[in-house]
Amino acid sequence: MGEFVLHINGSHLSVTAAPEESLLSVLRDHLKLTGTHYGCGEGQCGACTVLLDGVAARSCLMPVGDVGGAHIVTIEGLEQNGRLTPVQQAFLDEGALQCGYCTSGMILSAVSLLRQTPHPTDQQIVASMNGNVCRCGTYPRILAAIRRAAHGVSQ
Amino acid sequence: MSSGADPELEPFQEERWRLLALPLDRRDFLRFFGGGLLVCLAHPPAVAQESGRSFGGHLLPRDIAAWLHIDAASQVRVFTGKVEVGQNIRTSLAQLVAEELRVPIGCITMVMGDTALTPYDMGTFGSRSTPTMGPQLRTMAAAARQALIEAAAARWQLNAASLTADAGKVTDPRTARSFTYGELTGGQDLVHVVSDSETLTPAADWKIAGTSIPKTDGRDFVTGRHQYPSDIVRPNMLFGAVLRPTGYNATLISLDSSAAEKLSGVRLVRDGGFVGVVAPDAFTAQRAVSDLRAQWNVPAQPSNRELFQLLKDSSDPGDGPQSASGSVEQELATAPIRVDQQYTVQYIAHAPLEPRAAVAEWNGSSLTVWTGTQRPFGVRDELAQAFHLAADQVHVLQPDMGSGYGGKHTGEAAIEAARLARAAGKPVKLVWTRGEEFTWAYFRPAGVIEIRAAAQSDGTLVAWEHHNYNSGSAAIATPYVIPAQLVHYHPARSPLRQGSYRSLAAAANVFARESHMDALAHAASLNPLDFRLKNLADPRLRAVFQAAGEAFGWGRENSTPARGFGIAGGTDKGGYTAACAEVAIDPAAHSVRIVRVVQAWESGAIVNPDGLRNQIVGAIVQAIGGALFEQILFADGRVLNPRFAQYRVPRFSDVPQIEVVLIDRKDLPSAGAGETGIVALAPAVANALFAATGVRIPVLPMAPRAPAPGAPAPPLRS
Repeated sequence: MGEFVLHINGSHLSVTAAPEESLLSVLRDHLKLTGTHYGCGEGQCGACTVLLDGVAARSCLMPVGDVGGAHIVTIEGLEQNGRLTPVQQAFLDEGALQCGYCTSGMILSAVSLLRQTPHPTDQQIVASMNGNVCRCGTYPRILAAIRRAAHGVSQ
Repeated sequence: MSSGADPELEPFQEERWRLLALPLDRRDFLRFFGGGLLVCLAHPPAVAQESGRSFGGHLLPRDIAAWLHIDAASQVRVFTGKVEVGQNIRTSLAQLVAEELRVPIGCITMVMGDTALTPYDMGTFGSRSTPTMGPQLRTMAAAARQALIEAAAARWQLNAASLTADAGKVTDPRTARSFTYGELTGGQDLVHVVSDSETLTPAADWKIAGTSIPKTDGRDFVTGRHQYPSDIVRPNMLFGAVLRPTGYNATLISLDSSAAEKLSGVRLVRDGGFVGVVAPDAFTAQRAVSDLRAQWNVPAQPSNRELFQLLKDSSDPGDGPQSASGSVEQELATAPIRVDQQYTVQYIAHAPLEPRAAVAEWNGSSLTVWTGTQRPFGVRDELAQAFHLAADQVHVLQPDMGSGYGGKHTGEAAIEAARLARAAGKPVKLVWTRGEEFTWAYFRPAGVIEIRAAAQSDGTLVAWEHHNYNSGSAAIATPYVIPAQLVHYHPARSPLRQGSYRSLAAAANVFARESHMDALAHAASLNPLDFRLKNLADPRLRAVFQAAGEAFGWGRENSTPARGFGIAGGTDKGGYTAACAEVAIDPAAHSVRIVRVVQAWESGAIVNPDGLRNQIVGAIVQAIGGALFEQILFADGRVLNPRFAQYRVPRFSDVPQIEVVLIDRKDLPSAGAGETGIVALAPAVANALFAATGVRIPVLPMAPRAPAPGAPAPPLRS
């Protein structure tokens, strides 16, 4: 077991965990940040996506001992003073969810994409988001939401 | 859970209801929510029918069901045992209540799937929520509105007929004075037992229902605030994990738990054949289970290789043919056009993104369980039976979950969590791993379908024989006009555990039937759409075929070896659908891609057009998996592909351009739309592939990267 100080959503949080325990289970089980979801445990579905220093990462594959001082943002950390980020708002505007279990991972993956590529083509969105599974099949609306967040309007 | 047969519920029927004394527990109920108006129904007819059919003799827990409560602040709580799994029923039912009650949608809170608060409900399946729960709640709301008007009339000493209800207020139009609903109900314990049927607002007059109101709690999902069953946290909660056998039907020979029990805080729980652990966190619990040294005896068991022969050999006639008319054999022998074909479908997995999960908490001999299930009352009964409790000692709550698609009817995780919690003396959370969900849940049934059919040379169908082995009877009846028919579902011994899946067997039966219709059209040298319309009388099915064809531009272009167009459709559970698909084929790479789908849908009066569109698009996307590549591979009691890395599901890159045409029949009752939207895609794609290549692919999935053992090599890959 080790003591880790994690920088999460702007706060320093201390946890005691085995270094090989995944960041996902540390977030969910130790810190009660349950907006990050378990879907497969092998980096295949994207439900557990968080931002590590602004870049999408699969928290199920990330041992907490490897996180170091990286700045972690989870879905709970996007809203600021009651204001949603453009990507969150676009998901609402496009109705881009059904059961919503994949939504937090989709949103964080999209935030990461738009940070690196502010105006992606559809092909770039598909290529970037293809590791995120929506079993309800809401992909066309998620694509529309990312376009809307990137370009300000739905296209 | 059955082998996939329809629940065959009676349609909702209104009755005249009688006044009953309020039982004690309902007065408690009112105290729980504070004063106000509680609207109850004596002997809810739809629920009584549901409980009477498949749960033979199941006693309703109470003889009065409370459906609606209005408090002093005009806030409305609506109680239903239906559950939200992503199909948007939380919003669409709230719209129907808001419409009849004449309140803004924001006043309404839906209390769903809580066995202590909601009236008994058989479960959320069979596309029954909209056609049965919709009218039920509308009736309660209309009765409440009338009761409030009468309460205002009494205060003003006016005739109730002279007052109007709108926007949460009862108004006297002559003086413009008004009471809010809260003012009329506040501080009192009013109970209104519905004693008569109500006139419901016609869909043509809807102002709130029938509109695209956004998901009422959407913000909770984009902020991570929504708590799914696997997100529930209780004070002093421990985490569980269960030791799984290395194959189906295995027996435990030996167990060495010494290494696992050395882990800090780990406790072994053994209860007959059940072996599990509890630990302070999930990581330690999983590690402890992997440290258990168990030896299992797994018997030899069938694989995909023998599957279809096994299903046919083990089948029985069941209840006999679903329909039999005319001289099928004679027509088959003499008609000029004849097509015979066997179709097969593999097992597939629901793979809901949230696996089975439960949090169980004991308080003396009372048990509370939060879990993801489509049947909270069914899981309550499973728990009561497993732990020898009375039903009212068990409280099941169903937080809106990470979906199910028919795959979460059962309470495995709930029972396991309750076992672990009882042994630990603390609340326990159990979340199945993806591998567990793939292996120890149940599957969409595999099946063999054999069709023989004949037509006259002008394309008039004369004979149809359809046998379904194992996959189920849903939508097995042909909607086409055919004088001689033999349609027969044969239950069989499934080597794998199987159960409900979105649309049940309708997807398989429609795939086979509509592939066959396409083959007959080509044999008769007719346009596949014209051939269908020639043999189809049902005006609603005709309408969706025509709408899909028109929006797609059917017949405008001919298929080529690189580009195929196909059409297919069907009806089940009150939904009517038809799809046109365009596929692109790369002959050099032997690959296929679906590039465009236009699907028409009609299910009566539309309650929420945007929500409906979302469901139909989702059904099309989910259908792509079963059509092209999803299949469970198994051998010797093991699933060989129990991971997303091995079991391919549709992703962004698989999604074609999709257009949905909704037909709003405000003159017809609203039917459910969660399921039947999945049936048309696979046959439309199969027919498009035939149009391009001349090759009929009669198997699902049609284009996996590698065939299942025993299956023919697919001519194309996706």
